[in-house]
Amino acid sequence: MTKLDLDPSVVRKARALAERAARPVIEMARTHTTVSVERAQLRLAGLTGADSDGLPWVNHLVDAVRDQVGLEHGVALPVFDALAREPYADLGGLARAASLGAVTFRLPAGGDAGAAAELARAAARRGVGRIDARRAERDVMLRETGDPRQPWIYLIVATGDIYEDIPQAQAAAREGADVVAVIRSTGQSLLDYVPEGATREGYAGTYATQENFRLMRGALDDVSRELGRYVRLTNYASGLCMPEIATLAGLERLDMMLNDCMYGIIFRDINPRRTFIDQRFSRQIHARAGIVINTGEDNYLTTADAVDAAHTVIVSQLLNERFGKEAGLADWQLGLGHAFEINPAIPESFRLELAHAQLVRELFPDAPLKYMPPTKHMTGNVFAGYLLDAFFNLAGVMTGQSIILIGMMTEGIHTPWLSDRDLALENVRYVRDACGALAEDFVPRPDGFIVQRAQQVLSESVDLLERICDDTLLAAIADGTFGVTRRPADGGKGLDGVVERADGYFNPVTEILESQDPHATAVPTPAGSTD
Amino acid sequence: MRPHESTTDLTAAQDLPSIIRPYGDTTGDAMVQLSFTLPVPSGRRAELAALQLAGKMGLDPASVVHSKAMGPNFTFFIVYGKVNHLIDYVGIEVPEGREYPLLSAKEIDLAIRTVLNRRMVVVGACIGTDAHTVGIDAILNVKGFAGEKGLEYHREIQVINMGAQVTVEELVERAKAENADAVLVSQVVTQKNAHIHNTKQMAAAFHAAYPTAVGPGMGRPLLIAGGPRFDTVTEQELGVDRIFGKGTTPGEVASYLVHALLPNWTPEDPTEST
Repeated sequence: MTKLDLDPSVVRKARALAERAARPVIEMARTHTTVSVERAQLRLAGLTGADSDGLPWVNHLVDAVRDQVGLEHGVALPVFDALAREPYADLGGLARAASLGAVTFRLPAGGDAGAAAELARAAARRGVGRIDARRAERDVMLRETGDPRQPWIYLIVATGDIYEDIPQAQAAAREGADVVAVIRSTGQSLLDYVPEGATREGYAGTYATQENFRLMRGALDDVSRELGRYVRLTNYASGLCMPEIATLAGLERLDMMLNDCMYGIIFRDINPRRTFIDQRFSRQIHARAGIVINTGEDNYLTTADAVDAAHTVIVSQLLNERFGKEAGLADWQLGLGHAFEINPAIPESFRLELAHAQLVRELFPDAPLKYMPPTKHMTGNVFAGYLLDAFFNLAGVMTGQSIILIGMMTEGIHTPWLSDRDLALENVRYVRDACGALAEDFVPRPDGFIVQRAQQVLSESVDLLERICDDTLLAAIADGTFGVTRRPADGGKGLDGVVERADGYFNPVTEILESQDPHATAVPTPAGSTD
Repeated sequence: MRPHESTTDLTAAQDLPSIIRPYGDTTGDAMVQLSFTLPVPSGRRAELAALQLAGKMGLDPASVVHSKAMGPNFTFFIVYGKVNHLIDYVGIEVPEGREYPLLSAKEIDLAIRTVLNRRMVVVGACIGTDAHTVGIDAILNVKGFAGEKGLEYHREIQVINMGAQVTVEELVERAKAENADAVLVSQVVTQKNAHIHNTKQMAAAFHAAYPTAVGPGMGRPLLIAGGPRFDTVTEQELGVDRIFGKGTTPGEVASYLVHALLPNWTPEDPTEST
């Protein structure tokens, strides 16, 4: 049932345009690889650990192969060929020797190539099998502990120290958080390697490492059993190591990952090509791992005006949907983002917010939408901020949003205090309990302000998508279409890690992910899905 | 100039109250509110601890109007109380205001055209690990801030916004390549004083890269740091020419650029200035 009377032919047109705009980018991603995609498959093949300076062995091995034979055929054949020929027990031994320059790599041919490929395929099958096992384990946990009803309450911890994060995350879960996100250390997106081990120092967040993932998931499993409610864990598959972090998330049973198709380009100045290639692989992993992605459209509204740029959010969501589905993500895995960022001084700002939020709800009825609280217009007046957050919570409940990130009245002043979090939860609990199923009664007047505004934003989105199709998506990004920031296709960080695939490029992980239905084994049904 | 500033100037000093206390609903009642958390389980003992803290802060009498357990080991309090402090209002030294006039966009462009006879080049970036481009974008992007268009809007200003997580080396290199007249860095993340360290490092690199410079605009670019938490440091400590704090508008920055880089310029017709 639609409340906004959207013209189905306009919605179909918008999706068709998004598909057209995404097509050349997907083609580019299919024909290229990156250093991080190659490292990710070595991680799945079981290569872990780092040298005494903290540089991971996967980096050493990929760099060595790159220096000697190049990456255009993929690392799998040269690596498994060397492993078969040389006397090393495993990939770890090979990587250590390679870092000392003691291994000669080659691109095997004929029977040697066939043998190396079989070894690589077996390792990839074991790695993907570990991800499958983790997904099955989540299904069991969901059955045993219970899946909370939506909207899920999403809370952030960010101390920089994993051992400080753990009690905070457990406290947040006990206070009502359904999803805990560990904010990542600010600098990590530009590191071209994934740090190792448990970490106790970070800038405005905690490093994403496999060990930190494991520790936090274990702690949340404990608290999930204690509460009889599965508490989801979120981290960030973004930045230069997006494919590897997605892989580690799959291996450690993280439940949601921030994974936007354009965020790194626009807000971190990461090269657009690198981003789109890395993103496709990481989404294939997320699809297989049963991970819900969260996209970052809310960020556009922190730089652009939330009314003027409302349609850029819709356009980006349609692109994220297209890129996600092409990579195998199901609707229930598309946590498309949007935000409550209209200047509260604008007359009828709440009505505009309702129009935007309802529009997103209706365009993506089966997606677990992630709704972000106000940040830009949080002034330091904590009392006014608390009120604005309540209106945000109200809009979220009225328009049936799926994941509500909890707004802090001290936004922009400091990272949340314990009391900020407690007051914020009190705020959302009140609104959620007081409103109940208010969304059922919220039916905008036919052809009224909200309906007209939603239709206008949709029609502006179609116009923008048409321009993007004429111009290409990479050119639109270069022109500053999203978030006002201009990002040329040959600029930004990480371009030197992009390699065009040669004929005969071989990646055993991609082979599995692209030939099998990622959801063939188990498809969890999200509880409390809308309508 | 905003109207209330001129009226303040006209107010005679003797009209100011000399000694003041906080105001709840009656002059001199000295009432304040505060909230805080203590790392103890809630209960009578915790409330007494809160009252003891309030007493030590100078609240007498104080009352806990709200206390709430936050988990088993923490308690949140809201406390009201009467403070015993007096403020010598007349004796307060007010720091000087802006030392330069606010110019209109038209005047700024005219000044640059007249004096420089070329476009003024401004390079901006968020340096270090800071990824928060909100500040630099508010000043540089056409979109601007607080109803004022950003520096990009000026025909006579060429803006190079390098975005986030730019290294100091990249910034110096770009500033040299572009012959920058001014360099703006924004620092929002303040954890472990990153904003102070990053800015000092940036300033030192510029001073090293332009060893023969006499001053801003004389052999090196004007160095400007912006961010919400620079209020504890001075320009001299950081090694920059100017710090801008929270709420700075693009017009203030543009006017400062003219003031600092084109010191000899005066509007031809002062009546045009607004």
